[in-house]
Amino acid sequence: MKKLTSTTFPQGGIHPVDNKLTADKPIQDLGLPESVSVHLTQHIGKPATAIVQTGDTVKAGQLIAKADGFISASLHAPVSGRIEKFIDVMDQTGYKKKAVIIKTTGDEWQEGIDLSSDLISEIQSDREAIIQKIAQAGIIGMGGAGFPSHVKLQPPKDKTIEYLLINGVECEPFLTSDHRLMLEKSRELIVGIQILLKALKINKARVGVEENKQDAIELLRQHAANDPRIEIHPLKVWYPQGGERQLVKALTNREIPPPPKGLPHDTGCAVFNVATTFAVYEAVQKNKPCVERIVTVTGYNLTNPGNFRVRIGTSVTQLIQAAGGLPDNAGKILSGGPMMGKALPQTDIPITKTMGGIVILPEDQAQRKPSVECIRCAKCVSVCPLGLEPYLLMTLSDKELWERAQEEKMLSCCECACCQFICPSHRPLLDYIRRGKAVLTQILLSAKTK
Amino acid sequence: MDSNYVTPVILYTILALCTVGITAAVILYFVAQKFKVIKDPRIDNVEQALPAANCGACGYPGCRAFAEACVKADDLTQLYCPVGGSDCMGVIAKIMGQEAQTREKLVAVVRCAGAYDKRPRTIRYDGAPTCAIMHQTVSSDTGCPNGCLGLGDCVRVCRFDAIRMDPVTGLPVVDQDKCTACGACVPACPKDIIELRKKGPKDRRIFISCINQDRGPVARKACQVACIGCGICVKTCPFDAITLNNNLAYIDPDKCKLCRKCVPVCPTHAIWEVNFPPKPSKESLVTENTTT
Amino acid sequence: MNKKPLTVALSPHTSGHYSVRGLMTKVIAALVPAFIVGAYIFGIRAVAVTAVAAISAVVFEFIIQKFILKLPTSITDGSAMITGLLLAYNLPSHIPLWMVVIGSFVAIGVGKMAFGGLGKNPFNPALVGRVFLLISFPVAMTSWPKPLLHRLAWTDGITAATPLGIFKEGLRAGQGFTEVVSLMPGYWDLFMGKMGGCIGEISALALLLGFIYLIWQGVITWHIPVSMVGSIFTFTGVFWLINPEKYPDPLFQILTGGVMLGAIFMATDYVTSPMTKKGMVIFGVGIGLITVVIRLFGAYPEGVSFAILIMNGFVPLINRVCKPHRFGE
Repeated sequence: MKKLTSTTFPQGGIHPVDNKLTADKPIQDLGLPESVSVHLTQHIGKPATAIVQTGDTVKAGQLIAKADGFISASLHAPVSGRIEKFIDVMDQTGYKKKAVIIKTTGDEWQEGIDLSSDLISEIQSDREAIIQKIAQAGIIGMGGAGFPSHVKLQPPKDKTIEYLLINGVECEPFLTSDHRLMLEKSRELIVGIQILLKALKINKARVGVEENKQDAIELLRQHAANDPRIEIHPLKVWYPQGGERQLVKALTNREIPPPPKGLPHDTGCAVFNVATTFAVYEAVQKNKPCVERIVTVTGYNLTNPGNFRVRIGTSVTQLIQAAGGLPDNAGKILSGGPMMGKALPQTDIPITKTMGGIVILPEDQAQRKPSVECIRCAKCVSVCPLGLEPYLLMTLSDKELWERAQEEKMLSCCECACCQFICPSHRPLLDYIRRGKAVLTQILLSAKTK
Repeated sequence: MDSNYVTPVILYTILALCTVGITAAVILYFVAQKFKVIKDPRIDNVEQALPAANCGACGYPGCRAFAEACVKADDLTQLYCPVGGSDCMGVIAKIMGQEAQTREKLVAVVRCAGAYDKRPRTIRYDGAPTCAIMHQTVSSDTGCPNGCLGLGDCVRVCRFDAIRMDPVTGLPVVDQDKCTACGACVPACPKDIIELRKKGPKDRRIFISCINQDRGPVARKACQVACIGCGICVKTCPFDAITLNNNLAYIDPDKCKLCRKCVPVCPTHAIWEVNFPPKPSKESLVTENTTT
Repeated sequence: MNKKPLTVALSPHTSGHYSVRGLMTKVIAALVPAFIVGAYIFGIRAVAVTAVAAISAVVFEFIIQKFILKLPTSITDGSAMITGLLLAYNLPSHIPLWMVVIGSFVAIGVGKMAFGGLGKNPFNPALVGRVFLLISFPVAMTSWPKPLLHRLAWTDGITAATPLGIFKEGLRAGQGFTEVVSLMPGYWDLFMGKMGGCIGEISALALLLGFIYLIWQGVITWHIPVSMVGSIFTFTGVFWLINPEKYPDPLFQILTGGVMLGAIFMATDYVTSPMTKKGMVIFGVGIGLITVVIRLFGAYPEGVSFAILIMNGFVPLINRVCKPHRFGE
């Protein structure tokens, strides 16, 4: 094992303003929505296939769609009620995708699910049972990527996992849902980590938390004191510390090979977000499937910003109402943080398992500044955490020089947006790089299938 | 300088330069003869007949390459230059002493009529101003996910200056005289709005100016002139030229006889007739001449 | 539900605090100490040359953009003014003002606009103007006034050579080494700027103040100045160690001539310098090497402007070859 370097990743990165307005707002229950729209694809992999039909009555926590194949995830009813219809509903990408609408009646849960908040610290299930429960609970990476967790726990035969890394970094400005989870459910998180250690059959866990969450670091250290396998590591407040490549580099000094092929298991690491870890605890110890999550609703003009426990499929409209209603000067509504979040075209969009925050930006912050010519200041090169040259990638995408783009590793871009953030000419670097990645991927795919 | 010095200098200079020139000419002559490339003179003739647009619409990288293909080919049935058209292929056929194919003239048709006043914008797009990037950001800035995005990727890609954005409507307008139907605008549009259709006798054509496949009420709410999939036009057409699929009607240009019976019956005026004289009837129709 | 339509774009939805005008303003601020020293040492002519160069650069950019290229004008971004200022800093204070105007015209028109404006030129525009003037008007460009003399006078009858000039010409004229050395100002004078030379290049102290400001504000990084000055120091140091009776010592070399001005303000020009840290170091070392070769073995006493322009020509190649560390490879 190489010696650990400093408490951050060495190359690139920026420091956006924290804006953690809701860091001290305890988690509140949003309450039951009148209806939920559950998208059948919230994860990486094949969409789930529905096993219910229009008119069926379901209980909360009941399986409504089965995973299709190994790399897929199942879906459960977030509320009890009646299956109203299957229609295309707009998701956070601005496109309509297939979803199942459930009209809520009451709050009756599936049998066998433990809804109490008592801590269960003894892990009775063995490794196979753990993985099966996680798969059955439909748990996916809730930090945003949506990768099915049970797949992560069964790496290919030629890859050995050495470290379990827990991502409590939350480097995006405004977002605090992971922070509150670490403060209010730290004991449960420690048990969740122990469950994952058992599932991976290893005994080294490192939890990365940014230094602006000292209270969470203290609390986690306290509750992990009895388990020498779990180390809590404070990390420098630097974006994108929460990206899995940067987290692995900071906690183990290893570099994951570039995307799209490189994955954490290539460096002997398995990375899990704290929300996912908590969902693992609930699934294994309480038999509770993944049907709700914590969502931060925040913004400077909201009257009641906070962190809400929300059933999957609840409309963002309801969340904003709970936060005091949409301000008059609302310019942009973001799902996620301002660095990598998606601007929503309307508020009537359902919460999915991977949406952890809603940020309302006022009109005067919602417009991009006019862009001018590239002055070749090289700031974009110096902030890119993956060592790419964004000014060049933008030009190659614009001029459609795809061979050179491949040489310059355009496909390695992780879309962290540090380049466009720092650019003094306000050039839409990432817009063009994203387009370039899409076209280049398409070209390579069609070349492969020829 | 005295003339005894000047004259020999001039003389030697002239002699030296003439010698160099003649030697170079002789060398070039022999080299040109030795390394001569024999090429079929017909390639040059064919190339001269072509419009020299180098647009690639024929499927070859440039007019020269197409000319070479014509000369090499056994027959011209598989080869066609859309820009030069049948006249040009006729000339090439004469040079090669073969039969060329004749095709109907095509023209680019924009199948969206959702102007700013007909299709309200629901969001304000603030990203990089190209259709391709906007298409990646959001399905549309209106309620119709298939409608024209208005940022002009089609205009930028046209080599013949045949398409421009109308600032009043926010839609592209095709100049039918300049359009060569090379087909570059068709893949440039991320919404697949542009279609190459038959230009028609006397440049007359009829088409459904919409590609929205949402159900009727949804489409109508998003755009006043959307096709709502009611099917009235299908029933009206005496030649079975119109088909309805996924809430969208489509007129087959091969079957359409340009009788214009479908145009007035469309409740949302989604069917366009182009280059027809106005009908002597009291009803007002939506008639567009695309050469404005 | 929503009164006004929401704005939609891809991320990021926030930005840092840099802007083109902001960066240019900071560079101009960093150039002020050198201007103060130049005005103090050389008097009102220095102020006039600087003002004429800066104003004519901005005017030429405006005229070319508006009337010849018919593009929107960008004179408010500050880059034309910087080109004018830097051109002035590379000129002797008693150069006729009409030559300054010509220099500005060449710097902006040929050095910048002919290539497409800001961001497109391969060579440093101020240096293009300066070298043009040097080659076209060699006498005027190599007549420096004696420092601290007749500062309020418009014309000056007394000229003096720069320390580098004294050295090179002195040795060529057959003067002994120690004799030439005794004619030099002391190191402290060289550092403060009490010597002959171009308006902006004389005071290493003033230039270093600007350098610290630029580093602190995140406008430039240390790579180019340190590698350039370091390599000049090292290469001249090697020769000095080999023969201290023939070559001046490295400290003298970096304090005289255009080394400090070139390293901090000319070589670090965004548009004409490499885009990666590795490339910047190679760039700096290359400039240092060429400068030393010209100084020690070439015909000119000063080689920084030529060295920078030559290395500017290599920048596209440096950019092609020097890539940042690709994460994970």
